[in-house]
Amino acid sequence: MSYLKPGFSHPHHQQNNLGLYRKDYEGALSTLCAGCGHDSVSAAIVQACFEADVEPHRVAKLSGIGCSSKTPNYFLNHAHGFNSVHGRMPSVATGACMANRELIYVGVSGDGDTASIGMGQFAHVARRNLNMVYLVENNGCYGLTKGQDSATTDMGSVSKAGRASPFESIDLVALALQLGATYVARGFSGDKEQLVPLIRGALAHRGFAFIDIISPCVTFNNNPGSTKGYEYVREHMQAVGQADFIPVREEVTASYEPGCSVEVALHDGSVCLNKIDPELDISDRASALRLLDSYKERGEILTGLLHVDRDSEDLHDTLETADRPLRDLSEQDLCPGQVALDSINQSCR
Amino acid sequence: MKTISALNDFVVRFANVNGTGSASANNLFAKAIFRMGIPVSPKNIFPSNIQGLPTWYEVRISESGYTGRRGGVDMVVCVNPQSLPEDIASVEPGGFFLYDNSKPLHDEHHRDDIHYLGIPLTSICLREYTDPRQRLLFKNVIYVGALAALLDIEFPVLTGLIEDQFKGKEKLQAPNVHALELGYSYAREHFDCPLPIRVERRDSIGERILVDGNTATGLGAIYGGATLAAWYPITPSTSVVEAFEKYCNRLRIDPGTGKKNFAVVQAEDELSAMGMAIGGGWNGARAFTATSGPGISLMSEFLGLAYFAEVPAVLVDVQRAGPSTGMPTRTQQSDILACAYASHGDTRHPLLIPSSPQECFEFMAQAFDLAEQLQTPVILLSDLDLGMNDHLSEPLQWHEGRKFRRGKVLDHDQLEALEEPFGRYLDVDGDGIPQRTLPGTHPTRGAFFTRGTSRDEYARYTEKSDAYVKNMDRLTRKWQTARTMVPASRLQESAVATSLGVLFFGTSRESTLEAVDQLAAENIYLDCLQLMAFPFDDIAERFIESHSIVFVVEQNRDGQMRSLIMNELNAAPEKLVPVLNYDGYPITARFVADAIAVKLSREPQGETVGKKVVGKVVGGAL
Repeated sequence: MSYLKPGFSHPHHQQNNLGLYRKDYEGALSTLCAGCGHDSVSAAIVQACFEADVEPHRVAKLSGIGCSSKTPNYFLNHAHGFNSVHGRMPSVATGACMANRELIYVGVSGDGDTASIGMGQFAHVARRNLNMVYLVENNGCYGLTKGQDSATTDMGSVSKAGRASPFESIDLVALALQLGATYVARGFSGDKEQLVPLIRGALAHRGFAFIDIISPCVTFNNNPGSTKGYEYVREHMQAVGQADFIPVREEVTASYEPGCSVEVALHDGSVCLNKIDPELDISDRASALRLLDSYKERGEILTGLLHVDRDSEDLHDTLETADRPLRDLSEQDLCPGQVALDSINQSCR
Repeated sequence: MKTISALNDFVVRFANVNGTGSASANNLFAKAIFRMGIPVSPKNIFPSNIQGLPTWYEVRISESGYTGRRGGVDMVVCVNPQSLPEDIASVEPGGFFLYDNSKPLHDEHHRDDIHYLGIPLTSICLREYTDPRQRLLFKNVIYVGALAALLDIEFPVLTGLIEDQFKGKEKLQAPNVHALELGYSYAREHFDCPLPIRVERRDSIGERILVDGNTATGLGAIYGGATLAAWYPITPSTSVVEAFEKYCNRLRIDPGTGKKNFAVVQAEDELSAMGMAIGGGWNGARAFTATSGPGISLMSEFLGLAYFAEVPAVLVDVQRAGPSTGMPTRTQQSDILACAYASHGDTRHPLLIPSSPQECFEFMAQAFDLAEQLQTPVILLSDLDLGMNDHLSEPLQWHEGRKFRRGKVLDHDQLEALEEPFGRYLDVDGDGIPQRTLPGTHPTRGAFFTRGTSRDEYARYTEKSDAYVKNMDRLTRKWQTARTMVPASRLQESAVATSLGVLFFGTSRESTLEAVDQLAAENIYLDCLQLMAFPFDDIAERFIESHSIVFVVEQNRDGQMRSLIMNELNAAPEKLVPVLNYDGYPITARFVADAIAVKLSREPQGETVGKKVVGKVVGGAL
C-alpha cells in the first residue's frame, strides 16, 4: 500500500466498558475498491464489537476465499484470523469451535463462497447449530474474478456487461431458515443503523447466527439493471422492523407502539427489541418464510431480524462436550494410563 | 493319492455368504488356535456388499510364527454354493475340502487329488432348529465344532470362548455349545479324526494379543491426546473413529460432570472432515480424521493449505484398492504418492507407516506429537489388511508420565516477555520450524492472520518473490528437520554377507521376511530394510547406497515407493527392482520369494506382474 492508516484518534472518543477505544477494534487498511460495501460491513463489525464490550483477542475470525473473505484482515487486529480455502470456512470454524468453546467465532463469507462452492458446508454448519456468527457479504457477483454472475444474482438482474441473469437465484435467508439456523437476519451494508444491532444480536446469540448482508460491488455490479446495486437496494428495501440492541444494564428508553414490539432475551442477558411487521412471529420459521415470499412477489427486499430460537442446543450441547475447552485438557485428563491399556490388552487374548 | 500332512502349519479357508453370521464363527475358530498358544493370522476377504455375496476368511496357522499370507490353501470349508467351483479349484493337491453335502455334489466338481469331507450342515440345522435365523447362524457354529474334531482343537477352549463372547447373555451360551457339539460328534462318527493336518497346544504366543489395526489406531489417538475426531464414513477406515469413540465413552468421561473430554463430529464429506481437523489443530486441540483413497483425493486441497499455512493435523489413510472407487474391500498400498505429495504446488507430507497393531497405536500417538512439533499435517499410512484384520501383535504399551510434545507454542507470559515483535513464520532457531500462538492467548500480542496465500515472516500478505522464496526454503529446512524426527528405518542384516537387499514397508513385512527365510534356505541371501516413515532417513539412504540390487516390495502396480525413493534419494532406477503385488489380496510369502528368485535367475528385466503364482510350490511341507 502506498498509504497508511493514521495512528491517532480523536481525544474525545469514547471508551467502552473495557476501557478500549473504537480504534482498538480496527484492522489493517482495506485493499478493496473505494466504496465497496464490504468495508461498511467491516466498520459495522468494529462498531458492534466495540459497543458489545467484546475483548478483541477473544474473537476468532474465519473466512473462505473471495473479496468478502479478505475482510477479516480489516477488523479486530488483535484477534487471530484464518483465511482458509474456498467455500470451506464452515468446517474450519467447526473444528476451531470444538477445540475451544469459550471464544467468539465470526465467519465472513460471500455469495460465491457460500451459495456456490460452499453450499454443502453452509447447509451443514447451519443444521449443526454451531455457535458462531456467519455473515455473508452478498454482492450478487464474483468480484475478485471480475464480475461473473453468482448463485445469488437475481433472475433478470443485468450485469455490467449488459447480460440478464437467466437463472433462478438462491435466497440464503430462506435457506438458512429451512436448514435450522437459530438466528436469521438480512441487512444492507448501506444501512449501518440497522446492521450494527443485527450484528450485536448475532454476537449475543448462542447457536448459529446468520446474517445475509447485501453489500454492493461498486466495480462490477452497481450498474443500472442490477438488483444488488446501491440505488436499487435503497429503493426496494423494506425493513421488517427496526431492531435495537439494548444491553440489560441500560434503561430501555425506546418506545414503540403497543402490539408492535417484541422482546427477545438473549443469552448474555441483553434484550433485542423489534418493531415488527405484525405478520411476523419471530419464533416461527414458517411465518418468516411466508413473509419473505410475499415481499419477493412485490419486488421488495425484506430486511431485519426474521427469526430467533434462543433456547436451541448448540453443537457442544448436542455432543455433551466438557465445559472446559478441549484444547486446555492435559495428559491427566486425556491419557488413561497403562492400567486401562492392560485391561484392553487382556480383552484381546 | 497324496495327502498333506502338517502339524500347526497349514492354511484353512472358509467360503461363506456375506451377512449370514459367519464372521463370528470364523473368528471363534481363529481365536481358539490363538488360545492354544499357536501363532495364527486370519484374513477376512469380503465383498463391498451387506448381504448375499461371497466372502472368505483365510486362517494361517504357523507354529514358526509366520503371520503373513503364505499362498495356497490346505483346507477349504465351503458353505457357499455360489463360489463352490473356485473354492474346489483353490485347494492344494492332497488337501481337504469340507462342504455341506445335504445335497449331493455334482460329478463335475470332483477332483481326484483332494479329499472331500461332506457334512450335512443344512439337514442338521433343519432337524435341530425351527427358526430360520437360527438355522442360518448355527450352521456356522456346527462346522466349527466339526473342525474341532477334525483338527484336534481343544473343545474346552471353544466353550471358554463362547462363555467370554456371551458374558451377560448366559442364555445364549448353551445353544452355541450345543451347536459345537453337533458338529463335533458328527465329525467323530463319520471321519477318522484327527486329520493328518492338525493342531497341538504350544506356548508360542507369549504376551501377544490378537487385535485389528484400526482399533489400535483409535486407541493411539486416545493415548496421544486427540480431543477432536472429524470424519466421514468410508471403508476401510470407519472402524478407526468407531474404536476411538467406543473407548472414549469408557475412558474419557469427565468424572465430575459426566461430560465428554472429546468430540466426534460426523462431517458431510471428507473435505469438511479435513477442514474440521485443521480448524481444531489451528485452535490448539489435537484433532484427526480417518479416510481411505477417495477421501485423500478430496482432502488434498486442505492438505496443501495446512502444509503452507503450517497447521498441525493428523490424517489416517487406511488404504484400499484404487484407482477411483476401485475395489473398496480389498487391500493395497497405492496411496503413497498421493499422500506424500498431496495438493497442488510444491508440497510434502510426513508419512508414518505401521506394520502391526502395536505400531498403529504407537505411531498414531506419535503422529500428534510430530504434527504439533512440525506444525504440519502428518499422515498415518495404514491399509485394509492391517486395519480390518486381526493381527498377532505385541501388547499395547504406554510409558507412564509420557508428556505430549506440543511444539513451539508461545503462551501469554512468553509473548509478554518477547523483546522483538512476534513473527509467526520467523525461523528463530534454524530448524525451519517457526513459533505459533493460539487464538485468545494475549490481548495485544501474538495475533496473526493464517492464510493460504504467500506471506512474509510476520504473516503479512506479500507477493514479493524474495519473501516467497525465503518462506519456501524455510519449509524445505523444516522438512530436513522432520527427517530426524520420524520413526527410524529398521535394518535386518543377513547372516551371510550379501550385496542384495530387499526393502519393504507396512503390511508387506511379514510375507517378505518369510520369503527372505525361504530364499536363504536356497542360498539366496538378502539384507532387509523396513521403511517406517517418509521423509526417508539416513539408514534408508545408506542401505540403498550399499547394496548392488535392492528389491522393492510393494502392493501397488506402479511401484510408487520405488518412484518416491528415486525422486527423494536420487537412487539409480536400475538397482531398484520392483516386486509388485496388486491383486487386492494381502501379499504372500510365496509371491515375494518366487518373484525375487525369478528376477535373480536372469529373467528379462522388467516389472514383475502382480499375479500370484498358483500351485507351484506344494503347501504344507511337513
